Amino acid sequence: MAAPFEMTDDNVVVIIGTGAGGGVLANELAQKGVSVVALEAGGRYLPQDYVNDEWESFGQLAWTDTRTTSGDWRVAKDFSNLPAWIVKAVGGTTTHWAGASIRFQPHEWKARTTYGEVEGANLLDWPIDAEEMAPYYDRAEDKLGVTRTNGIPGLPGSNNFKVFEAGAKKLGYKEVHTGRMAINSEERDGRMACQQTGFCFQGCKWGAKWSAAYTDIPAGEATGNLEVREKAHVARILHDESGKVTGVEYFDTDGNLQMQRARVVCVAGNSFESPRLLLNSASSMFPDGLANSSGMVGRNYMRHLTGSVYGIFEKPVHMYRGTTMAGIVQDEARHDPSRGFVGGYELETLSLGLPFMAAFLDPGAWGREFTTALDAYENMAGMWIVGEDMPQESNRVTLSDVEDDFGLKVANVHYSDHPNDKAMREHAYRQGAAMYDAVGATRTLPTPPYPSTHNLGTNRMSERPEDGVVNRNGRAHDVPNLYISDGSQFTTGAAENPTLTIVALAIRQAEHIAGEMNRGSL
Amino acid sequence: MIETRSLRTLTRRQLLSRGVAAGAGLVVGSGFVAGSDAAWAAEMDAMKPETFATLVQMARDIYPHDKVGDRFYAAAVKGYDAPQEVEFAQAGTDMLDDAARQAGFDGYRGAGWEADRVAILRGIEDSDFFQRVRGGLVTGLYNQKEVWPIFGYEGESYSFGGYIDRGFDDITWI
Ligand SMILES: Cc1cc2nc3c(=O)[nH]c(=O)nc-3n(C[C@H](O)[C@H](O)[C@H](O)COP(=O)(O)OP(=O)(O)OC[C@H]3O[C@@H](n4cnc5c(N)ncnc54)[C@H](O)[C@@H]3O)c2cc1C
Ligand code: SF4
Repeated sequence: MAAPFEMTDDNVVVIIGTGAGGGVLANELAQKGVSVVALEAGGRYLPQDYVNDEWESFGQLAWTDTRTTSGDWRVAKDFSNLPAWIVKAVGGTTTHWAGASIRFQPHEWKARTTYGEVEGANLLDWPIDAEEMAPYYDRAEDKLGVTRTNGIPGLPGSNNFKVFEAGAKKLGYKEVHTGRMAINSEERDGRMACQQTGFCFQGCKWGAKWSAAYTDIPAGEATGNLEVREKAHVARILHDESGKVTGVEYFDTDGNLQMQRARVVCVAGNSFESPRLLLNSASSMFPDGLANSSGMVGRNYMRHLTGSVYGIFEKPVHMYRGTTMAGIVQDEARHDPSRGFVGGYELETLSLGLPFMAAFLDPGAWGREFTTALDAYENMAGMWIVGEDMPQESNRVTLSDVEDDFGLKVANVHYSDHPNDKAMREHAYRQGAAMYDAVGATRTLPTPPYPSTHNLGTNRMSERPEDGVVNRNGRAHDVPNLYISDGSQFTTGAAENPTLTIVALAIRQAEHIAGEMNRGSL
Repeated sequence: MIETRSLRTLTRRQLLSRGVAAGAGLVVGSGFVAGSDAAWAAEMDAMKPETFATLVQMARDIYPHDKVGDRFYAAAVKGYDAPQEVEFAQAGTDMLDDAARQAGFDGYRGAGWEADRVAILRGIEDSDFFQRVRGGLVTGLYNQKEVWPIFGYEGESYSFGGYIDRGFDDITWI
């Protein structure tokens, strides 16, 4: 099935990472007849391998190689070597993701213009807009089988959703429903409907949730044009004297260094590994790292402001039964500076199992204030805040002094909240608590952000080369045959979960790359 | 995964003949610590039973759940009863006992009321010892499958066909 390409084949497109960005790009290119070698640091796990157990699954799928942290975000204190909760496996973080799939609002493509100058923020408009992205969103929604699009019905509401919905309605919120989810509400694309198992974060054992691992990647492999090499950890991107990239060096499954030639290299390792790779690829020609003449590689790291609110009630909720995130309130997603901040946020249902709740409810806390909350686990409802955080130049990924097992410098992730982020989070905490209070909560608990699941912005897209790393097609301003294909190309984060947009951008980029190759300009 | 089942049971007679009461529901005997109801016993591989009893008490005081029996706390800290860990545990519990004596008690377990023990723990909460024991409990205690039902968490659901026919939307009070 897989098409083995030679290491010396310099006609292949090499894609680094096989998640939402890389996995989709690989398939889209393969469908167009382009030869692709996808290198993935993790192994391959499929629905039969996933486990309904939070820590065991984390051990199976999560990226646990060391990273370091700094800045005043609480994650740096509580989870100093785990700044992000993301996956190292074929399919990337689409194995863990919950499936919430919503489009940016039109004004969010133009954050600088809409919000104006925000002190301390490095806001910029995207070089593309809603109109241009609309057809790619259409195709992404169809590919992911997003509910409430393409005539696909919404998912049924779980217990957690019913509490959330009743609270939202009491507060007068209007846009409340079970979400636009990349989870089958009915059989589609040869994948069955959701069985309400409740372990969406641990990999969907029914295959009801879209994941690149068992959709796009095997579809690409079936064309004969895509070879996925798993447990292949890319160390460096190589270039020639003209400044074009020529291939990559990677450590194979046995730890041996290999070199794969390439016509084009697409980087899709998520927002820590992608800039780390560019920085680790510094050379005499690119002393500050590959494609970094702007100095923006690694900067403007965004993670959505996040936070959670849990409510405890007199009677049981059993929030863990059923889909993890099928519930949304969108009324606060608008831009309305009268609330004391620019941008907006979404509220989405969320549940954690007891083991993760103990770890994340209030990391480091102990004693009865903490344990009485867990005693009420059965009667808890939960929601997550996803809001736009401000890009700041000083929030950035740099190379740490610490080295990984291959002797490569690891990523240090520095993050501090912007005052706008804090104001928005406070607002969201109050609204979330008010929703639960309105339906009889006996106690509400604001929960700090978890290790980041949405990681964005560290190779951002910009019109002008001095403002960012890549252009409107994700192509490096400095290197004509180098692309960024993951969430790190986000210019700003918007209020929405990012994956639908990452997928839409990957579909668009595949069209662009194939077109450039046909025109002979790549 | 910590196996609560790794603890064994003693007969009431064995317990009474071999052990002495060690504060709240614990009995310390030669080479073992047991529940005073004889429902469970942890046999020591490397650690002094007194040290282990102190750790169990400390674990409960850090994450007190009145519906969770001592055997779960014992299972959660049993990992310290290993050659490479004993020194760490001994030094830590010595420090804890010292802190208790300074507060006028006969060691940590000698402080009979939870409020007094919690005050002692607050005094050492920044120490590596406290932080490591607390951090270890987050998985050591809450990741025991046997404690989940006490909290109303049902765990694995795939093999039961998910919750689609088992109450994902059965709420009636809202
Ligand atoms: C628990 C959880 C829930 C989530 N829920 C949602 C949701 O509901 N909606 C939503 O929109 N988003 C959600 N997300 C976020 C979503 O999963 C990510 O935004 C998305 O997967 C990011 O895509 P990516 O292509 O940037 O990176 P990833 O999907 O993380 O893929 C990157 C891949 O690159 C590989 N890689 C990295 N470095 C190298 C290297 N040097 N060599 C080779 N391979 C490398 C990694 O192993 C990984 O497989 C969730 C995330 C988590 C963790
Ligand atoms: S709740 Fe649905 S989508 Fe989530 S893991 Fe279960 S079957 Fe899959």
